[in-house]
Amino acid sequence: MSNPQMVMYEEEFNQIQVIVDRLVREANAQVVFIIDKNGQLIAAAGDTEQIDTTSLASLTAGNIAATGGIAKLLRENEFSTQFHEGERANIHIQLVGNRVILVVIFDNKTSLGLVRLRVKKASEELNHIFEALLRKVSDPNREAPFAEITDDDIDNLFND
Amino acid sequence: MSFINYLSREINCKIVYYGPGLCGKTTNLQYIYNKTNPEAKGKMISLATETERTLFFDFLPLALGEIRGFKTRFHLYTVPGQVFYDASRKLILKGVDGVVFVADSQIARMEANLESMENLRTNLAEQGYSLDKLPYVVQYNKRDMPSVAPVEELRALLNPTSVPDYEAIATSGEGVFETLKAIAKLVLTELKRGGAGAGPGPGGR
Repeated sequence: MSNPQMVMYEEEFNQIQVIVDRLVREANAQVVFIIDKNGQLIAAAGDTEQIDTTSLASLTAGNIAATGGIAKLLRENEFSTQFHEGERANIHIQLVGNRVILVVIFDNKTSLGLVRLRVKKASEELNHIFEALLRKVSDPNREAPFAEITDDDIDNLFND
Repeated sequence: MSFINYLSREINCKIVYYGPGLCGKTTNLQYIYNKTNPEAKGKMISLATETERTLFFDFLPLALGEIRGFKTRFHLYTVPGQVFYDASRKLILKGVDGVVFVADSQIARMEANLESMENLRTNLAEQGYSLDKLPYVVQYNKRDMPSVAPVEELRALLNPTSVPDYEAIATSGEGVFETLKAIAKLVLTELKRGGAGAGPGPGGR
């Protein structure tokens, strides 16, 4: 039971970044995030300065996990879309390929309809990229990424 | 499941603190949070009830330094210890890279320890992990309490496979960083070996 890690390379990252940058513009959103289901932030675009992105990533993943748990209880496969409406900010959360989470934060300068439309298109494109990435990572000929790290390197990290 | 980002040169790993209710999982994280330099930590999040019992999880992102130009980042999570929050515990274990089992050393809590450990094994197995293959350490917490079991006894009961184990008093910090360092080291060693325990691939459940 090998467990392919989530690995991000420059090539795929750039492809993803193009999509999230475009999504911010086309959906007229404030911020767009891509988060993996374990709560790691993969990419972000828009006005990210005001937001604690690490916390947001972890809480969103927790939210998706909890919703997935509810889905299971109801014998649903997954609730792939969530929408939370606030007074000033709204958040649209979309599960992409049951693998990563696409989060769009937006205000009243745009509409839920437009966001949904743009998210749908971006999700399809992202799904292709992550599928290709997964194939690359699962390649049995791929070297273990940290095989060159020595035990001393690890020890040194804790010698302070 | 660790996340390696070649672009930002970061390794991200997930460590889960498991154990029975009130054994001190959240206290471990709070101590680490309080004693870590601001630049090495993010915000600590606690999803707790009004009586400060963990409802879903606590979360603390921590940077431990660089290895060969890669920043090592650890995401520490606790599970809710109370028995009836089992559905939530299962969710937190998804994608775990290393587990710390926090045992309550008090004699009266021995059954709760055993029940929680059994629950950990079961919940890991449901996700396709085996505790014997995952980076894993045990902490015997609350050594300062009046009626605690001897460490040998705890070890025989809770650590039959002889993984690294530590005595601790999480409220004063004794043993807290030793435990953290031990699990972080095991996780990185596992990463170096090219595995991340056994478990479902990304997108698996």
